[in-house]
Amino acid sequence: MTAAFVAGADVPLKRRLKRSERARQLRALGLVMPLLAFLLFTFVIPLAGMIWKSVDDWEVPQVLPHTVAALEHWNGQGLPDEAAYAALAADMRAARDAGTLPVAAKRLNYVVNGFRTTLLSTARKLKEQPAPGTAKETLIGLTPAWGERESWTAIKSASGPVTSYYLLAAVDLTRNADGAIVSAPEDQAIYRDVFIRTFTIGIGVTVLCLVLGFPVAYLLANLPTGRSNLLMIFVLLPFWTSLLVRTCAWIVILQSEGIVNGSLQWLGVIDEPLRLIYNRFGVYMAMTHVLLPFMILPLYSVMRSISPAYMRAAASLGAPPTTAFWRIYLPQTIPGIGAGCLLVFILAIGYYITPALVGGAADQMISAFIAFYTTETVNWGLASALGAVLLLSTLVLATVYGKLALGRQTTGGLKN
Amino acid sequence: MDGGMIATTETLVRFTGVQKSYDGEHLVVKSLDLDIRKGEFLTLLGPSGSGKTTTLMMLAGFEVPTQGEIFLADRPIKNMPPHKRDIGMVFQNYALFPHLTIEENVAFPLSVRGVSKAEIKERVAAALDMIKLGNLANRRPGQLSGGQQQRVALARALVFNPALVLMDEPLGALDKRLREHMQLEIKRLHETMGLTVVYVTHDQGEALTMSDRIAVFNDGIVQQIDRPDALYERPVNSFVANFIGESNVLSGVVENIEQGWVRVALDTGGTVTALAVNIGGPGSRTSLSVRPERVAIETGDSGDTTMNRLPATLTDLIYLGDHTLAVLHTPGNPEFMVKLPAGAYAGLVPGQDVYIAFRPDDCRALDPV
Repeated sequence: MTAAFVAGADVPLKRRLKRSERARQLRALGLVMPLLAFLLFTFVIPLAGMIWKSVDDWEVPQVLPHTVAALEHWNGQGLPDEAAYAALAADMRAARDAGTLPVAAKRLNYVVNGFRTTLLSTARKLKEQPAPGTAKETLIGLTPAWGERESWTAIKSASGPVTSYYLLAAVDLTRNADGAIVSAPEDQAIYRDVFIRTFTIGIGVTVLCLVLGFPVAYLLANLPTGRSNLLMIFVLLPFWTSLLVRTCAWIVILQSEGIVNGSLQWLGVIDEPLRLIYNRFGVYMAMTHVLLPFMILPLYSVMRSISPAYMRAAASLGAPPTTAFWRIYLPQTIPGIGAGCLLVFILAIGYYITPALVGGAADQMISAFIAFYTTETVNWGLASALGAVLLLSTLVLATVYGKLALGRQTTGGLKN
Repeated sequence: MDGGMIATTETLVRFTGVQKSYDGEHLVVKSLDLDIRKGEFLTLLGPSGSGKTTTLMMLAGFEVPTQGEIFLADRPIKNMPPHKRDIGMVFQNYALFPHLTIEENVAFPLSVRGVSKAEIKERVAAALDMIKLGNLANRRPGQLSGGQQQRVALARALVFNPALVLMDEPLGALDKRLREHMQLEIKRLHETMGLTVVYVTHDQGEALTMSDRIAVFNDGIVQQIDRPDALYERPVNSFVANFIGESNVLSGVVENIEQGWVRVALDTGGTVTALAVNIGGPGSRTSLSVRPERVAIETGDSGDTTMNRLPATLTDLIYLGDHTLAVLHTPGNPEFMVKLPAGAYAGLVPGQDVYIAFRPDDCRALDPV
């Protein structure tokens, strides 16, 4: 009877279910659509554009198109043939007249220091197109650098359409004239140190936030609601204050004539003002203060959900308070510790304003270099590459955290 | 129901003059003198706010008495931290550690006591066998049903052979069938292991089923502590009479007292002879308590003068399968209940004028409600 009824329906049940659900799905999609569109235009597209910029190599192919075409079949051994020289001479003259030559010169200067001068001075001296067959000797005659293989490998390596140059440079690597990946020269190899410094500060700030935030979160979670709300306002108050204002407040407090040094000197603890700011100490101090709420809030929300019955149960089973804390309480706060540390660390490694204001030259983090390349030297490729490396390391961390958190869930869940 | 085989007269826990106040104004426990015997199953029964849970928490060590002293095996324990008391406790919501497996949960009290790994393994296995959950040793609490979690909580509280086991409404979160099953299981563990159990509940059925003795709490005071049958048959005051089981109340004034018997003039006319249990002198007010199953309905005057007999009007008959409940309008009580055995209501119709009859020794004169 039932089977006949179901078979009698001409549309299969699955399809009918889908159809009946469709309206609901469309409405849900409609609700999130504005946000999706917003994210697409303000986040996804700029992010993709930024990552593309870290590999995009458009300058040389656009400014010296004939040279790039002529070098296509050059094997990189010896010097290129006469045709390549002639093409370069034509390209240089055309670019000089169009005023685009400095763009290519800047790009090539990244590969070989001094290439800007080579290119610009040759172009200046090149009054007219050399007679057919004499381009090679004319150019070498004008600037001897054109007789060196490195100049030509530089052009070939920058002839696009994509390059690994910026990404390699972001981790202190480069390609030699043969195209092999080697360490960058000592004077240019700075980014690994900067990344290490960025991660060191990030880890340091995270540990400080955890050490300072854990007891506060514990107190908040275990006070009666009225008093914990009051205390929560004190935690959130800095959260609602402008980052710049708070950072400047630290300058006022920590500077040589500031409150801390003044008090210590008045008390006779020190004779000379301590150097508390424009160094690593100031960076740790200010960043920990700014990021502390990001540690306390996830910890608090996890601790709030841990029933006091667990600690009572542990005590009734014979565990002294410290044992109960280490074996029963702490393991249950791990999701909060994980979330808080991840949040603080990821925010910390992207910090720019605070280290710039309260740190010294040796305390600048990777963001400062990204800002330097975007606003000062307009080297978008390197700025994007540094950003991409930062993004990648953040994603790796988030993935590892996600895997760990998920692993805990699938092995039985944290709440019963 | 008689736990005499197990319970001894040796006292394990003694409360002397214990008081507890949380706010410095009101006493949650007013004055508690209580002896808990070794090997007995004692239930603390009472409505919420009666002080029974506070009493248990003071015994467990999570609350400190404001005054008085508690002795465990003759040692004062008022200021002893909970982890040194060697008292097993089963919590209302089990409080199994969610991040540990069942095996690790049960092993916890042993490992904090520094028991060797091999012995832990052996004793945990035995404990899990006892609750028949050996096959779930590696699961986490979240993967178990409520009943299974409750059994694990039991095993965990018993595995270290505590001197005393406390249970704080352990079955409150379970459904009715499972609760009845667990009542029997806990009872069985108590008997086979010779445990001393202090059990807190507000469910009188649970208390009557499981206990050797029941301490009835109200208003921070133990109203009566006795065996279940004695509590039901011989309540010493109106609170106990009304809290344990069903009871009909008739209000009146004491006329005279004679050799343990009292004549009471009911407020709405008629006099009744009752057992003088808890009353003042002649002229004082009293509430009479009569159990519904101790009352007969008579359609005519039988002439039996040893019985109390009051005119009544039958207002309702409620059929309940194994018995029938008759609701009557009597002097002093417009909703007097009578439990009639199955089949004994033949010929009765609502609206009929009848007599209710009960023996004087089934009627207890208690403090006025």
